[in-house]
Amino acid sequence: MPEIRISQPVPQPEPAPASEPAAAALAPEPSTIRRFLLARGNSAFSDYLFKVLMVLCALSIFVIVLLIGYELVVQSRLTWVQSGIKFFYTAFVDPDTHLPQYWDPVNGHFSALPFIYGTLVSSFLSLLLAVPLAVGVAVFLTEMCPGLLRAPLSFLTELLAAIPSIIYGLWALFVLVPLLRQYVNPLLVKTLGWSGFFDDSNPTGLGYFASGIILAIMILPIISSLTREVMTAVPHSQREAVLALGATRWEMIRTGVLRNARIGIVGAIILGLGRALGETMAVTMVIGNTPEIHRSLLANGSSMAAVIANEFAEATSDLHRSALVEIALALFIVTIIVNAFAQLLVWAVTRGTPSQAR
Amino acid sequence: MAASAMAIRSRLRAATDHLVTALAILATILVIAPLAVIFGYLVYKGASSLNLNFFTKVPAPEGELGGGMANAIVGSGVLLALASLIGVPIGIGSGIYLAEFGRGTKLANAVRFTADVLNGVPSIVMGVTAYALIVAPHVSFLPFLGHFSAFSGGVALGIMMIPTVCRSTEEMLLMVPHAVREAALGLGVPNWRSTLSITVRTASPGIITGCMLAFARVAGETAPLLFTALGNQFWSTSLNEPIAALPLQIYIYANSPYDDQHRLAWAGALVLIVLIVLAVSLVRWVTSRGTLKGSS
Repeated sequence: MPEIRISQPVPQPEPAPASEPAAAALAPEPSTIRRFLLARGNSAFSDYLFKVLMVLCALSIFVIVLLIGYELVVQSRLTWVQSGIKFFYTAFVDPDTHLPQYWDPVNGHFSALPFIYGTLVSSFLSLLLAVPLAVGVAVFLTEMCPGLLRAPLSFLTELLAAIPSIIYGLWALFVLVPLLRQYVNPLLVKTLGWSGFFDDSNPTGLGYFASGIILAIMILPIISSLTREVMTAVPHSQREAVLALGATRWEMIRTGVLRNARIGIVGAIILGLGRALGETMAVTMVIGNTPEIHRSLLANGSSMAAVIANEFAEATSDLHRSALVEIALALFIVTIIVNAFAQLLVWAVTRGTPSQAR
Repeated sequence: MAASAMAIRSRLRAATDHLVTALAILATILVIAPLAVIFGYLVYKGASSLNLNFFTKVPAPEGELGGGMANAIVGSGVLLALASLIGVPIGIGSGIYLAEFGRGTKLANAVRFTADVLNGVPSIVMGVTAYALIVAPHVSFLPFLGHFSAFSGGVALGIMMIPTVCRSTEEMLLMVPHAVREAALGLGVPNWRSTLSITVRTASPGIITGCMLAFARVAGETAPLLFTALGNQFWSTSLNEPIAALPLQIYIYANSPYDDQHRLAWAGALVLIVLIVLAVSLVRWVTSRGTLKGSS
């Protein structure tokens, strides 16, 4: 199958006519006349100054990211020197009770294990809930929705992204958690209790499950809007070809659209994961904030962001504070990797098409 | 036989098609539902606890009824003004660099990528960094350093605004046709002047919308303020002292054991949402009058 690529327009010798703004906007190089006009001016110094100023603004973004990395590394040195990489996977075992002590600021035992576990469990739970819904919404909005409904519906899904996370947290704490406590959790224990992932040892309704649900609601809009963008980037000829072979609409969507867009959809999901990993306030309010590891999804736990939010301002010792900064450093590195990977995947699919192709 | 098998198969395919359509509609309803429920609760719980005291009083002492969030509303205003002062110029400047000077260069690609990375950095990490940069170090001859302050909170929020402003400025400037720039240059206008008062001006509705999006995102941020601005139960507008902020105060009230304070938290959440929506739509309304729409 010949690959369809939009070739970059070559720099034109004469200035692009004003009647073709789209072609002009895509041209990578300013035209020769522009170069001539720029070179001719008598304001070379002020122009140079302006350019330097703008470059400095752009460079400040590098500086900020480097500064974040540097400060986090410097401030977490104490913990790194004391426990090294072990900080992330071992725990101090109490010699008397033989129970693991993960996080004990009073006696100075610190391990990030329960927080990493909590972050991973709640994030993957939220992906499990959000991905089918988000892809469903994207399919509906791009392929099935009547034109009249498309704009308001997509506006409403985008609106979900504009709600601050503190308001999600408030709603989850006062509406979702009581609902879970009274109806959903007992039901889950009764029907799925045999699997070991749901037990009734925690009567509060807080925990991994509650934070998974609220995270799912929060990452839905980003996954669905990116999935829509990627699906829109699939050329119409693909859809028409599959339809012409006698496919139903679903078969057209499956083989013509989703299969072509799958890399970008994976990118969108990973971007959602990045958002879920770093989400703080809503999770802090509903996860329960106990530094423990439980198999049950209904148990209380804690997450990396949550423990920083809870303890940083009142850290009892330098070691305590540096342990928290080290968790922040881990979060920073992981989200950078996750986001960069996701950007590459989305970019691989949507490059060459303007973002509002439709 | 073969014909009937075909018929069954095609009916099966049609049924699958309908099933998937139904599932997609169901998914859409399931996504819209939380939005409706959250907004419903906000209005229902928030409006019933709003009164004049909310806008005129500072929080009541521990355990007492009443009190408001006047200081938190003003504090949020101070923090957001400082954040915009930091985030908007740097964001627009780097956007101008990306669109006007750096098109196609390696440096521009690197800046774009770094901006996306910065956009994905969790807000709590930004809070830790602002703490390490401004709150922790003690340098006696510099102001603002060494203690919790409104300044540190504003810086944290301002940094978070930069990537959004930068990328939307770039996108909007790319839509301005070259002919406009060339026309200005041909009239003898210096390049910096033509960029600022022709190119940026033409794209200004889009740029302002981008700034408002960044503003709205930052307005609801709580995590970066937890250990920078810290919150304050009293009146304060000084940049050098801890300051109250609406989202912080909502968090504090939501975690308190008193029912009365929970109602204040709901009222605060309603006010926060309304202020965000108002600010965004007001600026869009003001800037949409008398400017060229569509910009190309």
